[in-house]
Amino acid sequence: MLYREAGDFKTTYVEDGQTFPIKFDRIAYYILLAVAFGVVPFIINDYWANAVLVPFLIYAVAAIGLNILVGYAGQVSLGTGGFMAVGAYACYKLMTSFPEVSILIHVVLAGVITAAVGVLFGLPSLRIKGFYLAVATLAAQFFLVWLFNKVPWFYNYSASGQISAPERTVFGIEVTGANTDAWAKYLVCLIFVTACAWLARNLTRGTTGRTWMAIRDMDIAAEIIGVNPLKAKLTAFAVSSFFVGIAGALFFAVYLGSVEVGEVFGINKSFLVLFMIIIGGLGSIFGSFAGAAFMVLMPVLLKNILVGGLGWPTDIAAHFELVIVGGLIVVFLILEPHGLAQLWRVAKEKLRLWPFPH
Amino acid sequence: MSAQAEEYVTEDGRKIGGVMMEMKNITLRFGGVVAIKDISFDIREGEIRAIIGPNGAGKSSMLNVISGFYNPQEGDVIFRGKKRPQMRPYKVAQQGIARTFQNIALFEGMSVLDNVMTGRLTHMKTGMFGQAMWWGKAQDEEVYNREKVEEIIDFLEIQAIRKTPVGRLPYGLKKRVELARALAAEPKLLLLDEPMAGMNVEEKEDMSRFILDVNDEFGTTIALIEHDMGVVMDLSDRVVVMDYGKKIGDGTPDEVRSNQEVIDAYLGVAHD
Ligand SMILES: Nc1ncnc2c1ncn2[C@@H]1O[C@H](COP(=O)(O)OP(=O)(O)OP(=O)(O)O)[C@@H](O)[C@H]1O
Ligand SMILES: [Mg+2]
Repeated sequence: MLYREAGDFKTTYVEDGQTFPIKFDRIAYYILLAVAFGVVPFIINDYWANAVLVPFLIYAVAAIGLNILVGYAGQVSLGTGGFMAVGAYACYKLMTSFPEVSILIHVVLAGVITAAVGVLFGLPSLRIKGFYLAVATLAAQFFLVWLFNKVPWFYNYSASGQISAPERTVFGIEVTGANTDAWAKYLVCLIFVTACAWLARNLTRGTTGRTWMAIRDMDIAAEIIGVNPLKAKLTAFAVSSFFVGIAGALFFAVYLGSVEVGEVFGINKSFLVLFMIIIGGLGSIFGSFAGAAFMVLMPVLLKNILVGGLGWPTDIAAHFELVIVGGLIVVFLILEPHGLAQLWRVAKEKLRLWPFPH
Repeated sequence: MSAQAEEYVTEDGRKIGGVMMEMKNITLRFGGVVAIKDISFDIREGEIRAIIGPNGAGKSSMLNVISGFYNPQEGDVIFRGKKRPQMRPYKVAQQGIARTFQNIALFEGMSVLDNVMTGRLTHMKTGMFGQAMWWGKAQDEEVYNREKVEEIIDFLEIQAIRKTPVGRLPYGLKKRVELARALAAEPKLLLLDEPMAGMNVEEKEDMSRFILDVNDEFGTTIALIEHDMGVVMDLSDRVVVMDYGKKIGDGTPDEVRSNQEVIDAYLGVAHD
């Protein structure tokens, strides 16, 4: 089948506004979903789940969240790690306080709580922009990590200061705790990713998304055409933090099982997710996935090639990885600020016109 | 003088109503600089009102006062008979006042369509939750507003570029997209800050035609700033002339043209 737009006429504005306007893309998307839900759970093993797929899915949720704030609304944040920690600790407190309630609800509630915290730390954005806002969110990052370390109530006074996810089930199947099957972890994360991506896509293609982008592109003009800047910025912080909080909750409860806040949700996490959206593409849901995939897969690949294949020592390979990431960030910032998503778009545009480029 | 009558019909058959917006003794200062000095004038329903004057006269500042972007230190803005309290620009927009900017202020990262759609924000009612689900009402609203926007896009003849990112457009088209965005709001009062600056003759003719059509077809009241005297005399029903922050003339194009102070301060300097 040819990759074409021609002959695929849109006769309604609903069709014109859909996520995948080209039939081929639509079909590819449905096949992908079908494979992700119907095939992968049956063939997944522990290595693929823990090293690749589960972190990829969770980071994709976090990247979608951060992309809404940075890519769509233009508000820089270096607090992602801290907000993920809020999601994780909220989920932990909910799990231990209300063991009878479903973990799925806890994860969503953790997102809601993080949204509220996000709004609180988003308040400075009403006064400050750019670099200064970045510093303010950085302060939030350090404050939150400090808080969760310092106040024993958050980790239920455990001796280690860590939080550990109790065993919880969904429809009788264990999804948290040490005995969770790989496919169950994967499927829970997949459900959340799918739902989050769908919500994010709907928000960004409609009125709310346009409001955010208007504020990003020119806040003065946005206000003059009727955007309430307070509302636009705070909703961006809320929605962004909601997703980041869900990612934090999943990262803790489903992926790691137990967490030491400074180690897992430190400033490195903030940068990692930021790199994901820069490499993947600012202002693109697809880019959030691409960036998450890239940043999760690259270390795995490098390790397999450099350490496994060429026999390099592990620490040199790890440093080499940093060099590559750093270089790529620079390359993308300079050459392609819209990241992998834009490269993909350009490739598709070329393909659409192929073999007659004019 | 016909302009003083309560309501009248212009030579080309457009109805001009009562006063829509009245600026009363407006004074605006920036530190030591007095941008506007005690100026009063009004804008009537349905008319095309021009504001002219040399560079730095305070014309843009006046539009900024009307659109709520600047708050004058003295004076009142009276909109539809009511004194307007100090108000954020987005609230002013909700009252049906839209504008374009002297230096184009489009959302460069968005497509033409999205830019024009943002113009309809003041008509969007569904909440964020409905939008996130993309169900019933939110989708209906999106489609309804898209239809409205497509009307504007047809009207301004920019169908071919609707999916183009604004950043890639040439200057003249950007000006037109900015007008489209303002029109999408279906404003009662449309403020245009030098809509034809930097355009060639052909583009100016197009733009003049659009402005007249907007006024004629939608009955939109228009206040515009323009340097091109020919355009101003052709388009406007009444003209305010500013110089160094003061009002030095106010009346029909003919009256203004024959006003000695205006000739000295402005027309004489420009050319003729
Ligand atoms: N934000 C501001 N801060 C300080 N001074 C300002 C500001 N805006 C305008 N001014 C000053 O107010 C005066 C009037 O400026 P304004 O932009 O209103 O003039 P204008 O009539 O629109 O001129 P032009 O034809 O060049 O656009 C100028 O002296 C300008 O320097
Ligand atoms: Mg000006």
